[in-house]
Amino acid sequence: MEPGSKMSDQGRPSAVGLLFRQINYQNRLFVRTPIAAFFTLVFPLIFLILFGALFEGVDVAPGLEVDPAQFYAPGLAVFAAVSATYTNIGIGVTIYRDEGVLKRIRGTPLPRWVYMGGVVGSGVVVAAVGALIMLAVGFLLYGLEMDIGNALPAVVTFVVGVASFSLLGIALAAVAPSGQSAPALANATLLPVAFVSNVFISVRNNPPAWLDLVGDIFPLKAFADAFFSAFDPFEEASAYKPWLLLRIGVWGLFGALVAVRKFRWEPSTGAGGASGHRGRRGRG
Amino acid sequence: MPAVTVTDLKKSYGTVRAVDGLSFSVGEGEVFALLGPNGAGKSTVVEILEGHRTRDSGKVTVLGTDPGTAGQGYRDRIGIVLQEAGIERELTVREALVHYGACYSRRRPVDEVLDLVGLTGLGDRRTHQLSGGQKRRVDLALGLIGDPDVLFLDEPTTGFDPSARRHAWEMIEGLQDLGTTILLTSHYMDEVQVLADRVAVVVDGRIVAEGTPDELRGNADSETLVRFRFPEVDPNSGPVVELLGGLAGRTSLRNGVLEVYTEQPTTDLNLLTQWAIGQGGALEGLEVTTPTLEDVYLGLIGGDHGAGVEDV
Repeated sequence: MEPGSKMSDQGRPSAVGLLFRQINYQNRLFVRTPIAAFFTLVFPLIFLILFGALFEGVDVAPGLEVDPAQFYAPGLAVFAAVSATYTNIGIGVTIYRDEGVLKRIRGTPLPRWVYMGGVVGSGVVVAAVGALIMLAVGFLLYGLEMDIGNALPAVVTFVVGVASFSLLGIALAAVAPSGQSAPALANATLLPVAFVSNVFISVRNNPPAWLDLVGDIFPLKAFADAFFSAFDPFEEASAYKPWLLLRIGVWGLFGALVAVRKFRWEPSTGAGGASGHRGRRGRG
Repeated sequence: MPAVTVTDLKKSYGTVRAVDGLSFSVGEGEVFALLGPNGAGKSTVVEILEGHRTRDSGKVTVLGTDPGTAGQGYRDRIGIVLQEAGIERELTVREALVHYGACYSRRRPVDEVLDLVGLTGLGDRRTHQLSGGQKRRVDLALGLIGDPDVLFLDEPTTGFDPSARRHAWEMIEGLQDLGTTILLTSHYMDEVQVLADRVAVVVDGRIVAEGTPDELRGNADSETLVRFRFPEVDPNSGPVVELLGGLAGRTSLRNGVLEVYTEQPTTDLNLLTQWAIGQGGALEGLEVTTPTLEDVYLGLIGGDHGAGVEDV
């Protein structure tokens, strides 16, 4: 066969090389989906600027006498990170399943874990970008302060957090019936929890017990509290919070378990492969 | 060794026997078609061969391995063109080909593949800007980018307009020239007649006929059908009886249309035209046709379909 001679045969590509390629590819998909980029990066920034203006010179809460930005910048950095992982992965992967992209991928030699690794890796990259934007704006505009010795604990907390929320995002995709219901599911599970998790408002000062409990059950408050401790000027103890990290990690493992048991690569019947329903990713 | 062998394959969904004891083999470089109506079990067979569906029983080998237990190394050597697999709308055609190509150990050059599927010059277009037919070509291109030894084409032209189908056929014929083994499913008779070296007609999960398109047409091939509107003369009059009796073929007169099934079309046509001219008339609406695979196929699925349904 003449065309056969033109074929290049480099042997099976290495999994690590493919993984980096997948991360790169997911990043490219993200930047070319403006609505996802808006909700992940711009939306929390708007909150930060709004809160910064609204609460200037006001204590965040009685007993937490810090500048609002000192509280909101890390809190919204966490929110951006969770949007980039839990929400984006949950919605994006579900839509790709609906459209049959996952079905196509399953037919290629790409190992499935490499695909998932690309999704998570890209989520982590986007989360880091989002968090860095929040913190940079906090430092530059609102006088955010941080003890440099707390940088490493902050990074450790961040990595545990985004890894766990990425796994929860895949779990969300595993249980979401379709790309149309995925945004609603993501918002319905994230936003109410965010309000009791020290992200939008502080619930540190003697909240009702049930509210405290709800916050403690879910992993977002643990993530926000552990991350904030690196920015808390009154924090006496270490900014490493192993118990909080454990709580986050358990949720991550739960997400992994759901993903392993429930994840489907084929569109559910009726979800349709139509390419017309992608004006989505909007979140209520 | 054949590229694909399937022996007594069975698969049920609940009480429905989707695949019910199916056997066939596909030689290297051959284009083999599974032809059958919707729901005949063709896609289930293909999905089992792709390794994406488990089977209840039977033996399946593709390229010497069992797809049911094969890993990614197996997918490195096959190409799959599914009915409804999406393409990332955010990517250009070229980006998609480069990206998907990267996970294969052998890669066809992107431009060569674009030429092969007729997308020359459209590489830099975003996939969501393509027409339906162009997207299908991208599907085919993605199936080919890894230079597969075996290519699975699941109903490659369903939903195409006639000219798009012609183009698709030309593409697939081009692949044949490259020596790729192709397993095709279709419910279009004309499609398999054009493309396939061999055809298996599948009805209710079983093969009811198998052979080359010519073999399937079989004995019917030798009979030509001559039909025309019969003039309003008494069919029982002496000259007409004499005429029809003189024909080599079988005749039937229905709704004023005379049909002659004949193995000697030349002499029969000669008699008929002479008679018509003698009457001072013509053979109105004259058609001379050989039976197509379609006629045979419709006969096969018509007759066996009822029987099969009772079995289920």
